[in-house]
Amino acid sequence: MQVQLSHPTRTVEVKGPKKVKDLLRELNLVVEAHLVIKGDDLVTEDEMLYDQDQIEIRPVISGG
Amino acid sequence: MNCTKCKTKAVIGLPRHNAAFCKGCFNSFVHEQVARAIKSEWMFGKDERILVAVSGGKDSLALWDILLKMGYRADALYVNLGIGTYSEQSYAKVMKFADAVAISHGAKLHLHTVEQEAGAGIKELAMLIHRPTCSTCGTIKRYQFNRVAIEQQYDVMATGHNLDDEAARLLGNVLHWQEEYLDKQSPSLPASVEGFAKKVKPLFRLSERELAAYAVLNRIDYIVEECPMAKGSKMLQYKEVLNRLETESPGTKQTFYLGFLDKQSKKQPAATTMTEKDRAVLHPCASCSQPTTADICSYCKMMARAKAHAAS
Repeated sequence: MQVQLSHPTRTVEVKGPKKVKDLLRELNLVVEAHLVIKGDDLVTEDEMLYDQDQIEIRPVISGG
Repeated sequence: MNCTKCKTKAVIGLPRHNAAFCKGCFNSFVHEQVARAIKSEWMFGKDERILVAVSGGKDSLALWDILLKMGYRADALYVNLGIGTYSEQSYAKVMKFADAVAISHGAKLHLHTVEQEAGAGIKELAMLIHRPTCSTCGTIKRYQFNRVAIEQQYDVMATGHNLDDEAARLLGNVLHWQEEYLDKQSPSLPASVEGFAKKVKPLFRLSERELAAYAVLNRIDYIVEECPMAKGSKMLQYKEVLNRLETESPGTKQTFYLGFLDKQSKKQPAATTMTEKDRAVLHPCASCSQPTTADICSYCKMMARAKAHAAS
């Protein structure tokens, strides 16, 4: 699956099927600091993601 | 994962509340948290005029959206800091939200452009006066929000500071034992002297992740890019540490900050209140009349130095 990341903006390819929480773990990203968006929809950590899915992992932390 | 309330498919899990919500129930949860914050801290009423400080980021636009949907009289102020394409993009996001959502609620957007008044953007100003960019930015934003709130006779000024902001700030203050700053960490600061607007933080019960989710679910188009000036800041480091703790132990940030507020509220009354202390040391700036401890306030000094450097 195509996974879009930010800071800096880049796209990585990850093999599915895979649960959201496992994808985050594989990319060494903390759940509390990110949202996972499949297409236009927000998904929970137990959602299964497949090779054809377009995924965005969006960081939520700002400088404050 | 199903919604804890209505049992339909959930879109977000909230480990710290041991809950998960669908879009509708999550929006209700967010509004309930804000309503609880407003009530518990006596922030404002339905007939009061609120000035929301907006930046184009998720928190401030979500705050404006929430207050308008809850029926509050909320206008906003955007300060254009002149940070190249970052400011251009954030300004575009604010304008888009104002046109698409705020205008239909009868709300107004005020604008202030730093470059127009100071003759330079924030980065150039900070270089001219040899001060860190973030501290120059903070001084300018605080000053302009207070000025507009006072001049336009708003009852209260609201900022989008969230649970993560406040927990990270508290961690920084405790790590350095900056006890004098702890009183200023209340989510509701009074208009202690003439010239100071009341300041409130209605999002203090909601995390950054929850506010980003609110923005995504409600199609609020915000600037995802981090301010280029904030890279590597201490606040970001504190937030990262707290989020690692939160992931391992859900509820850590809430226990830390809300526990602090609880302890502060039970503290024995000090010999002098914050209002009494402010009244003892603050008086109008000789140049602009906003409250200051010196003859000339730090904003006016900064601008005078910047203009002197620019002229030389």
